[in-house]
Amino acid sequence: MYKLGIDVGGTNTDAVIIDENYNVVASVKNPTSGDVYEGIVGAVQKVLNESGVDRKQIGQAMLGTTQCTNAIVERKNLAKIGFMRIGAPASCGILPMVDWSDDIKAVCEKAVIIRGGFEFDGRELAPLDEDACRDFCQEMKEKGVRSIAISGVFSTIRNDNELRAAEIAREVLGDDVHVSISSEIGSMGLVERENATILNAALCQVAEKFTDGFAKSIAHEGIENAKIYLSQNDGTLMTMEYARRYPILTVACGPTNSIRGASYLSKVANAIVVDVGGTTTDVGVIQNEFPRESSVAVTIGGVRTNFRMPDVMSIGLGGGSIVREHEDGSVTVGPDSVGYEITSKAMVFGGDVMTATDVAVRTGKAKVGDPSLVESIPLELAEKAMSVIRTMAEDAVDAMKVSSDDSDVILVGGGSIILPDELAGASRTIKPEHFGCANAIGSAISKVSGTYETLVDYDEVPRDDALEKAKQAAADMAAEAGAVRETVEIIDVEDVPLQYYPGNTNRVKVKAAGELRA
Amino acid sequence: MRKLGIQEIQDIARGAALLGAGGGGDPYLGKLVAIGAINECGPVTLLDPEEVPDDALIVPFAMMGAPTVLSEKGIGGEEYKALFDLVENHEGKKIFATMPMEAGGLNSMFPIAAAARLGLPMVDCDGMGRAFPELQMVTFTIGGIKSSPVGLADEKGNTVIFDTITNKWSEELARSVVMSCGGSVAVTLYNMTGKQMKEYGVKGIVTRSEKLGAAMRNVKNVTDKTPEEAFLEFTEGIRLFKGKITDVRRETRGAFNFGKVVVDGIDDCKGRSAYVEFQNENLAAVVDGEIVATTPDLISLVDTETFTPVPTDALKYGKRVLIVGLKCYDLWRSKQGLDLVGPRYFGLDTDYVPVEVRGKGGIR
Repeated sequence: MYKLGIDVGGTNTDAVIIDENYNVVASVKNPTSGDVYEGIVGAVQKVLNESGVDRKQIGQAMLGTTQCTNAIVERKNLAKIGFMRIGAPASCGILPMVDWSDDIKAVCEKAVIIRGGFEFDGRELAPLDEDACRDFCQEMKEKGVRSIAISGVFSTIRNDNELRAAEIAREVLGDDVHVSISSEIGSMGLVERENATILNAALCQVAEKFTDGFAKSIAHEGIENAKIYLSQNDGTLMTMEYARRYPILTVACGPTNSIRGASYLSKVANAIVVDVGGTTTDVGVIQNEFPRESSVAVTIGGVRTNFRMPDVMSIGLGGGSIVREHEDGSVTVGPDSVGYEITSKAMVFGGDVMTATDVAVRTGKAKVGDPSLVESIPLELAEKAMSVIRTMAEDAVDAMKVSSDDSDVILVGGGSIILPDELAGASRTIKPEHFGCANAIGSAISKVSGTYETLVDYDEVPRDDALEKAKQAAADMAAEAGAVRETVEIIDVEDVPLQYYPGNTNRVKVKAAGELRA
Repeated sequence: MRKLGIQEIQDIARGAALLGAGGGGDPYLGKLVAIGAINECGPVTLLDPEEVPDDALIVPFAMMGAPTVLSEKGIGGEEYKALFDLVENHEGKKIFATMPMEAGGLNSMFPIAAAARLGLPMVDCDGMGRAFPELQMVTFTIGGIKSSPVGLADEKGNTVIFDTITNKWSEELARSVVMSCGGSVAVTLYNMTGKQMKEYGVKGIVTRSEKLGAAMRNVKNVTDKTPEEAFLEFTEGIRLFKGKITDVRRETRGAFNFGKVVVDGIDDCKGRSAYVEFQNENLAAVVDGEIVATTPDLISLVDTETFTPVPTDALKYGKRVLIVGLKCYDLWRSKQGLDLVGPRYFGLDTDYVPVEVRGKGGIR
């Protein structure tokens, strides 16, 4: 039985096949096409040919895609939605989408705040106003809205109101209505969580299109026995059915997959991952085989959200970064780049723009293109540029560390040929085999997970007991999501005291993940 | 007298984060509340303190509780009227205007929303000129002005108004109500006359906050000096240290987060080391073993690239920060002021020396 991993990027669609022992059998790159599916079909054909694997032997197919991100950023193909917040009399002072720009706010036909919701300790804030909920759904039905977003105050503590409201929405609007509830999407912080929920609801058509499209391109290639999954932001998988319901959870899967792929390829569970592309370098951190999550709010298409995103620092350094020598003798690299035109504009490929790749070739660091074309670059200048590149990479690595101890550094991505073999602050600098296709590999090796979050007063429930209970709950959630029970491990435990609050109340968050059930 | 619209609110929120001196909560949520109120009710009138009659009744407004709870429950919207009606009844007098009690952090924003919703003007004045953790830590305490009657209202419609024998008792009782009401309540306190406000308030603080915010927004557009120089000039900040965070130690005692952040020098500070002690807000900055700033002067850590203030709950290894000292309001430097919020009150074994003396004009 084999796994097929696919990553649809802006420039290339990568595909890999790995065997049941997680060895890479083949990895390929294929240009991404306008309609995406041709690009996928092309990549799948290539990787099947190269590997010689029988297509009927592929049991699982995983896709990582940024189509949802693009849809939000470009405001394209978004569905009309209705939004309902359960929380009155609390929260009414914060109007939904109050700081959104008009063009994206337009996705929402109508927003209401109805009575209900909970206190931080699970007490009822107000009983759920089922009549108001029903009236709203009826109005949406009359207006032809087919996607409903629901948030609730402290729904991360108790989501019974959200679930009941979803039930009512289905009663009124029919079973095929798309319902997004915030407790399934974000963490603590009502505004950011409901923002993500509204975007999720607006993505329902896009999600349907890309899940169907992916299923069709797989079927088109005769891969009939594969279960199909989508990569999530946190490096775990979701089923096609779940992806249709929660497409927003795919928006950051690109960097996540590359970080996890890098870790897998180099067999290192804790390291800093440097992914060098044509224009930018993304530096992330792998902790216990999973990317470290960002603690700050993430803005997507101008909308502030708080869902699970890897903590990635992007710097303007890539294989196509433009190198300049200034009058005072100083040398700069980037942040502008020739990007995908590198194969025509860089000097090693016959162009006339001096890029990071050119100076790497000039100093003998990299071997691509025609080295004789860069001989005109003074060696001293090339070496100066290389030392600028080194400093940029070393600073970025250092900024992502959690302690001053040296850490392993893994280099991946097509542009990583411009980086030196040794970096300051790195105990080891590793460049694994297949380093160019780390994304698709990350997609193929994904696990399934569950995250449990709650507020606990450690004076009432001792810390050890509270954490134990939370771990159990997270493990149950992972198994429910499709993990093999025996392989489920706790991958992250976080407890943070509540500020400006008497007593010993802590926010506890536990994440568990396990191998995908075959 | 002038009007506060959306742009002004954006700048005040940015400035308030700096005045938070590491604490006070992220103004973002409050900003949404204020913007929502202004969109519906129109701009708010900001009064210069001198425009307020001596006998006018001024009622400050704030939210009290855990920022985490506020980030879920926000504010209901009915609390303003419930509280101000209650206070008018209790005082037997018309309320002339509201004002912020704490210009640093989240509480810079709620009084703007209250003013908009109630159709009242807001006075350009507060009781801290920054953020502090406890209710009695206001300049009005120095003036002998009572915090009570304290009015509290939750979003469910519960209200309470009570008198206390000291401002410290107001803090005690209010915290209990916060607990019972689910972690956050709206509060009015230090009701005062125009005369008292003018005598003891930190006057012009809203305008200062707005100017700080505008300066932070414009720092990148300055051409004749570096962004850092521009930032320090606009904020009148004293450059205490520049470095990279190498360690953050935290501990919770009572309702407060204590901790220490260690910063290793970069650029011109390379080879040197500093640390900042905090209790929600930053309390003291120490460079190479020597104290360079303490409370009540403001100590802010700002990102070296964006100049965005880094609150104490977002400190993490690797972040490049500029440690900046800002002079506190003069009244804090009096004997009574230092008894309330000086280094010894917060358990630091040192006398207060003004930041411009301690910091020796800063590291240049």
